[in-house]
Amino acid sequence: MALDSKIPQGPLSEKWTNHKNTIDLVNPANKRLIDVIVVGTGLAGGSAAATLAELGYNVKAFCFQDSPRRAHSIAAQGGINAAKNYQGDGDSIYRLFYDTVKGGDYRSREANVYRLAEVSANIIDQCVAQGVPFARDYGGLLDNRSFGGVLVSRTFYAKGQTGQQLLLGAYSAMNRQIGRGKIKMYNRHEMLDVVVVDGKARGIIARNLVTGEIERHSAHAVVLGTGGYGNVFYLSTNAMGSNVTAAWKAHKRGAYFANPCFTQIHPTCIPVSGDHQSKLTLMSESLRNDGRIWVPAKKEDAQAIREGRLKPTQLKEEDRDYYLERRYPAFGNLVPRDVASRAAKERCDAGFGVNKTGEAVYLDFASAIERYGKEQAYVKGLDANDAALVKKLGQEVVKTKYGNLFQMYEKIVDQNPYETPMMIYPAVHYTMGGIWVDYNLQTTVPGLFAIGEANFSDHGANRLGASALMQGLADGYFVLPYTIGDYLSDDIRTGPIATDSKAFEEAEKNVRDQIAALINNNGSKPVDYFHKKLGKIMWNKCGMSRNATDLTAAIDEIAALRDEFYKEVRVPGTENEFNEELAKALRVADFLELGELFAKDALTRNESCGGHFREESVEEDGPQKGEAKRDDENYTFVSAWEYAGAPKDAVLHKEELEYENIELKQRSYK
Amino acid sequence: MKLTLKIWRQQNAQAKGQMVTYPIDGIDGDMSFLEMMDVLNNELIQKGEDPVVFDHDCREGICGSCSMFINGEAHGPDRLVTTCQLHMRKFNDGDTITIEPWRAAGFPVIKDLMVDRSSFDRIQHAGGFISINTSGNTQDANAIPIEKEDADDAFAAATCIGCGACVASCKNSSAMLFVSAKVSQFALLPQGQVEATDRVLNMVKQMDEEGFGNCTNTGACEVECPKGISLENIARMNREYLAASLKG
Repeated sequence: MALDSKIPQGPLSEKWTNHKNTIDLVNPANKRLIDVIVVGTGLAGGSAAATLAELGYNVKAFCFQDSPRRAHSIAAQGGINAAKNYQGDGDSIYRLFYDTVKGGDYRSREANVYRLAEVSANIIDQCVAQGVPFARDYGGLLDNRSFGGVLVSRTFYAKGQTGQQLLLGAYSAMNRQIGRGKIKMYNRHEMLDVVVVDGKARGIIARNLVTGEIERHSAHAVVLGTGGYGNVFYLSTNAMGSNVTAAWKAHKRGAYFANPCFTQIHPTCIPVSGDHQSKLTLMSESLRNDGRIWVPAKKEDAQAIREGRLKPTQLKEEDRDYYLERRYPAFGNLVPRDVASRAAKERCDAGFGVNKTGEAVYLDFASAIERYGKEQAYVKGLDANDAALVKKLGQEVVKTKYGNLFQMYEKIVDQNPYETPMMIYPAVHYTMGGIWVDYNLQTTVPGLFAIGEANFSDHGANRLGASALMQGLADGYFVLPYTIGDYLSDDIRTGPIATDSKAFEEAEKNVRDQIAALINNNGSKPVDYFHKKLGKIMWNKCGMSRNATDLTAAIDEIAALRDEFYKEVRVPGTENEFNEELAKALRVADFLELGELFAKDALTRNESCGGHFREESVEEDGPQKGEAKRDDENYTFVSAWEYAGAPKDAVLHKEELEYENIELKQRSYK
Repeated sequence: MKLTLKIWRQQNAQAKGQMVTYPIDGIDGDMSFLEMMDVLNNELIQKGEDPVVFDHDCREGICGSCSMFINGEAHGPDRLVTTCQLHMRKFNDGDTITIEPWRAAGFPVIKDLMVDRSSFDRIQHAGGFISINTSGNTQDANAIPIEKEDADDAFAAATCIGCGACVASCKNSSAMLFVSAKVSQFALLPQGQVEATDRVLNMVKQMDEEGFGNCTNTGACEVECPKGISLENIARMNREYLAASLKG
């Protein structure tokens, strides 16, 4: 099948308006005759479900958590971007569009990103009208802050809990529709297959996680807002239940999977403390505004620190290596996420890591505390040479800015970050890759749509901070509700979709067979054993730095691990009860397939771009020596993979990316 | 660390539950409480026993899934943390730890430590929203300035994670702190005024129907709340409720 991105004709700034004016609509009376299934209730799924119900469609929404309010969007910290230009600093739709394409290292689709920037302002209006309590200034107007990779203040926030507040906004919009009976909510349900009838997505097979019952649900269209697949690495900042199953089952039913290797590894997370670790915790990017990143300049000092013989605060200024400031004088500690992560890994691999495991660097607030403290001393007319006083005043300022993050750090690490530098290390955070969609957010399966992190469309090879929330809500509130109507306009006479067709029967049988095989398997190892092993392969061979030898090995190792999984896994209990091990086994089975495709995609893309760094593709000389080298001549395309049996046999389809409005340039942060 | 765990085991909603004792060894102070439970569960699986069921997801204190009653306190001995943020360094070698589910008529047990909190969702369906459709031409976000103090208070109320620790800690199993947090958030914002009367009446009515008890101002909910939701919210809801009742 040839890929058709369905980008509307006309100038960039008129495409979306023209498209909305020319696509087919469904009249209000007919919407009542149409059912839509929405899987996932995060920012994308929740906002889509609410908006579709407001329009009059009958919505069935599914989430695996016990309430839609617990979807992992809730954990997003920093903020949401919007081109409001409230600060009068020259922001515009075009600038947000440009920053996003550049930040994504020129691997995203121009028309989609422009539309995202265009609707961004509506999101803020909508959320405020819903009662989302964004931060405000003393004049009562909305406040903004700045994030990495941009030159304006366009990030709206609610302290360090912006995701929570936005999700609760979408949840409240859903609640209104649940109360009216327009959304039927299925909590604690996991989608285990998409049902395709006569070439169109017409329903899903879901498992009730409490009773174990396998259910058939039909609809005229299916929307996946099921998030990313970062948990293929086992350790990530994702929630424990975040999984790829819905997306992967869709892939196996014909949806192409795009750019699976594009993963964001966030530079500032709390390091791994031991083998018992179950997940990683992010420390917001906003901390890099005031924190300076360093490691000891001498290996013997690093070793002494690791062994507990030396404290970081005892190290003199000249014995410290502020490596980001040294390597990137122009951007310093505020280089983009991918660059900061690779630089930390390079220092730790060279033996300069500072915790027990050797995989941590310092994020130090001492200079910020001193700077703020002196400023406060002057403002208050106190003695700016009194070091103890300055420190106290400075700590108060830092507390008002980052108090909740410092508290979180102290609870986890048991060290006081006001007194000693934080230890941080990169961790898997977000996946830019996902299900391939066209301009209408429709996958290669007619009637199957993908929104939010589950699709691939807007962030290219690297996502900018505070843009995930923007995309989730843009897709759910303002894009999908229009574009899905164009598809559904053909369904006004279809009537309810029967669930007794062959397609439903076959899909249900597949699910039942898979569950039976896992429950009856006579293995001896828990699911976690395999998930951890997969995570190690992914992290070591498909992580921050990749090469052909490792990637080739990873493909074989993952396939072998998958075989071992089916032979050796032990799933206790039965299928007719709440059985978390069974749910985990079903998810890990899909991660074990996705991981292989991930490695294959990374092997195929022999260039470095954004979060994807190939050791074979670096600048050989000149001022950029050693930095990532993009290859626009050969790789300006989206890799869209078609399922064909074993993941390593997947067939590559290329969507060539055309840049008509932006000139492709090397990203430089020197 | 070597510990003795006494854990509530209950096969399903209908079954009778009981406390079961499990010795556990090799626990590191850096582990979170839930990671300690992971260790126990993997041992149980390898011995051919059923693992202990509990709710958990984000493991960073924001989703509100985890819900354990540890040594008689919701989310355990530490303050302003959820169970997933509680670390084993808060315990000593040789300790006995009692772990139970939330206990309240409004939260029936599903299995072991997992309870059904859908009553909280139903209270929100009754009025926890502002009736505004998604249109793309809502008025500009800065059209109505809101005093910073009100916006900050609304935010503080809105940080409730819906975990249910307030109910579990209350001798009357009252859900007043939870309900008042949502009522307060909207009461403090101009956008929430139009539906204020119906909202508070409907949410309180649903709360009562779900079997939650009355508030007798003991304040245990505020002490155990992992997000520090203030009792002032309950006072504000009472005022809203009184005003709404007088209006009819």
